[in-house]
Amino acid sequence: MNHDQARYGDDERYEPLLSEKDGKEVDPGEGSILPDGLTRDSLELPELSEPELARHYTRLSQMNWSVESGPYPLGSCTMKYNPTFTEVVAADPNAAVHPDRDPSTVQGTLELLHGLQEYLAEVGGMDAVTLQPPAGAAGEFAGITVAKAYHDANGNDRNEVVVPASAHGTNFATAAMAGYDVVELPSDEDGRVDVEALAAAVSEDTAALMLTNPNTVGLFERDIEEIAGIVHDAGGLLYYDGANLNALLGRARPGDMGFDVMHYNVHKTFATPHGGGGPGAGPVGVVEELAEFLPRPQVREAPTAADGDAGDGGDEVEYELFDPERSVGKVHGFQGNWLVLVKAYAYIHRLGHEGLLDASAKAVLNANYLAELVEFDVPYGPFHHEFAATAGDRDAADVAKRMLDYGVHPPTTKWPEMVPEAMLTEPTEAESKSSLEDLAAAFNAAAADADGELASAPSKTTARRIDQAGAARNPRLSWRALDGE
Amino acid sequence: MSGRTTGTPFAPHTPGTTAEMLEAVGADSEADLFDIPESVAFDGEFDVPARSERDVVADLRRTFARNDDLVEFLGRGHYGHYVPALVDDLSSRSEFLTSYTQYQPEITQGFLQALFEYQSMLVELTGLPVANCSMYDAATALAEAALLSERVRSTSGDVVLVPEALRDGKRSTLDNYVDGSPLSVETYPYDDGNVDLDALAERLDGDVCFVYAENPTVTGAIEEGLDAVGDLVDDHDALFCVGSDVVALGLLREPASVGADVVVGEAGALGLPTAYGMGLGLFACREKFLRQVPGRLVGASEDAAGMRAYTLTLQTREQHIRKQRATSNICTNQAWVALRTAMHLAMLGASGLADLAEDCVRNARDLAADLDGIEGVTAPLHDRHHVREFAVGVDGAPAVAEGLREAGYAVHVLDDDTLQVCVTDLNAGEADGLVAAFAEVTGR
Repeated sequence: MNHDQARYGDDERYEPLLSEKDGKEVDPGEGSILPDGLTRDSLELPELSEPELARHYTRLSQMNWSVESGPYPLGSCTMKYNPTFTEVVAADPNAAVHPDRDPSTVQGTLELLHGLQEYLAEVGGMDAVTLQPPAGAAGEFAGITVAKAYHDANGNDRNEVVVPASAHGTNFATAAMAGYDVVELPSDEDGRVDVEALAAAVSEDTAALMLTNPNTVGLFERDIEEIAGIVHDAGGLLYYDGANLNALLGRARPGDMGFDVMHYNVHKTFATPHGGGGPGAGPVGVVEELAEFLPRPQVREAPTAADGDAGDGGDEVEYELFDPERSVGKVHGFQGNWLVLVKAYAYIHRLGHEGLLDASAKAVLNANYLAELVEFDVPYGPFHHEFAATAGDRDAADVAKRMLDYGVHPPTTKWPEMVPEAMLTEPTEAESKSSLEDLAAAFNAAAADADGELASAPSKTTARRIDQAGAARNPRLSWRALDGE
Repeated sequence: MSGRTTGTPFAPHTPGTTAEMLEAVGADSEADLFDIPESVAFDGEFDVPARSERDVVADLRRTFARNDDLVEFLGRGHYGHYVPALVDDLSSRSEFLTSYTQYQPEITQGFLQALFEYQSMLVELTGLPVANCSMYDAATALAEAALLSERVRSTSGDVVLVPEALRDGKRSTLDNYVDGSPLSVETYPYDDGNVDLDALAERLDGDVCFVYAENPTVTGAIEEGLDAVGDLVDDHDALFCVGSDVVALGLLREPASVGADVVVGEAGALGLPTAYGMGLGLFACREKFLRQVPGRLVGASEDAAGMRAYTLTLQTREQHIRKQRATSNICTNQAWVALRTAMHLAMLGASGLADLAEDCVRNARDLAADLDGIEGVTAPLHDRHHVREFAVGVDGAPAVAEGLREAGYAVHVLDDDTLQVCVTDLNAGEADGLVAAFAEVTGR
């Protein structure tokens, strides 16, 4: 199953930059219908033919790893197979509408948004959902902003957000962006929230606890009801980070566990393409008490013909936009990453209840099976859809580089910090038994290799080991910065 | 393929391999693998039946067919330009589409180079030396720029000044982002569609740390005194942020030449279809802010064989390393949209982009002249040069818009006496029809 990547170019570089092939400088102001002072004097961009560009980007694609190249077991990133048919749906010309259209003229768009709002609410056990945040971290920000508005409205002067040490870095950054002081919570010896430490950490200053469940080493926080009780008794809110929801689909719902606000990473849980680092979408769900603070606008069913005015929509339900009564406003210029939402909706309707339930089952089965085969130690357990193996006295980053030579993408390395030299591995449900065995073989071959082989890896990939420290010491961030090289 | 009639079609397990794997991990059933206390386990059923691919596609086509077939003359920050077929084709290659952040640069050189080229083209367009490889959209890019000013400001001020005509989505997003910081947002007025320089000069004092100006403005007007704005802001040691878009920048003065410290705006005007507001936030700045930039940066480096290679760089600014001291919480960004925009820019080249931008000026001018010829219609409302769009003065604007909608056209309603229309290469061929409909509707 080894996946060999392409390598192009001459002795000094791989595929040449567009600017190294052909560029052209023009004077956009020359002959313009605008007065001189308003236009630029020069612009230099590549000037290539269509076939040259077709080859350039095809070559670049052949130098890039993807889910369709092979397993992509990045822990907490949920890189599962993205079904192709959702692209067909998203490319429907009728889906390409402007966000300022009168709502009465985009009933199809609103029907889909409403359906997704309703469905996500059901999956999360939440009462209301906004689809506006364009990524998980944006969802965190929207969720914490809503929580803050709730506290403000109730006259609660709270300035702290509690975050477990093992949480995603975005949790800390989000809380700080919203103006909160971050209180870091240690894990207990079993890898879960230290309930005693939590009780000591929360106070009347606590606005919220941000929690991932299962957590970032795949452990379910079994004391979740006690945790919720501690936070709620102190007057705080419980925030659910949806990064690991893939493990819980149809098995448990954040709302039922006591969470008040959550975000969904629909690009992870509902398998929309991650596009080399985005776009994603990070809808936010809340319980009833927080619904009036959600970002505006949301979608709801319009009053029906039976309520009075007869519409012209026949028996079709009509939808309208509305602003929640005490909305925090907006967290995106428009309505978020629409095309991602379309793909998530299509995915959900393809799988249905049974499919989603099976997705979580196979994701958890695969993680456990792979952990069984990997010869590195795997602390803690039992775990759900991901596990953190430890490279022990080896450097996890070196092990990862060596795994590249065995034709697989390695796991997330050196995180979470609670596991030394961590290799956080999430195979997802999309891998077959034999694919997992190949992945384990890559782990184990790297484990058996000598230190020297690890330190000099990789050697079979497009590029050899890249000098990342040098890139940071001497930042060259555009082809202008490469002039003269 | 697996002989099952239920379950996800995207897990390759057969009943046989599932049984073998369960045995290997020592579990009797899949349910046994879940370590969830009974008190919080979910035993309900979601009200969504599984469907075939064909049925889902057909259902969604029917759903979208509910959208009315209108010719859109809508803009105000979200633009439809023709996207070349090659962009759709190449960007859809799965090696691009189904990849993720380049945590292992040795096997993700393709995307890294494409993003490096995207950054490079923004550097050319803005004249600033640093561009990141995307924010979510123009509104969040503006908000991040304001937060940057708080980290780098040389004044004691904490007032962010924006045009009073700023689009609501940008203003509200900005308000939310600065709410957790010492910053506060205030406005300055426009005069006939451009910055009111006298009012701005009067407002500027030591408490201002950030001034934002748009070119073109929200009503499409080209700012004629942008260098004067830059001088005023510089005199007060505040950060000067210019908002624009990737097409307009192909023709208009590069922001660096008027003193811009930061450029934000919409880059998805190229590469994205009309996508209900989905965007691509452009972010470029001066080199001295390099370590305070939000978002991801791709840098050139070398590999162990001495070959040039690319990698994510300066990640010590980012949330996964710096946690609460990060420059931003952004993680997942809009990389694939940036790839599409880079492809579209490369397709156009310098002359193609300049021509497209020039057409945006010419088309708007021609349409405005035609509308202005209709009795009772003033276009453009502001005596300025315009890119793509302009405000239109007409009595009973909402009723006129309603009439236009019945005739098959969508336009913006700004207030009781003002509409706004936007013309690009996509709808220019329908401009005569819009003018005829305008004449008919206003002639009633």
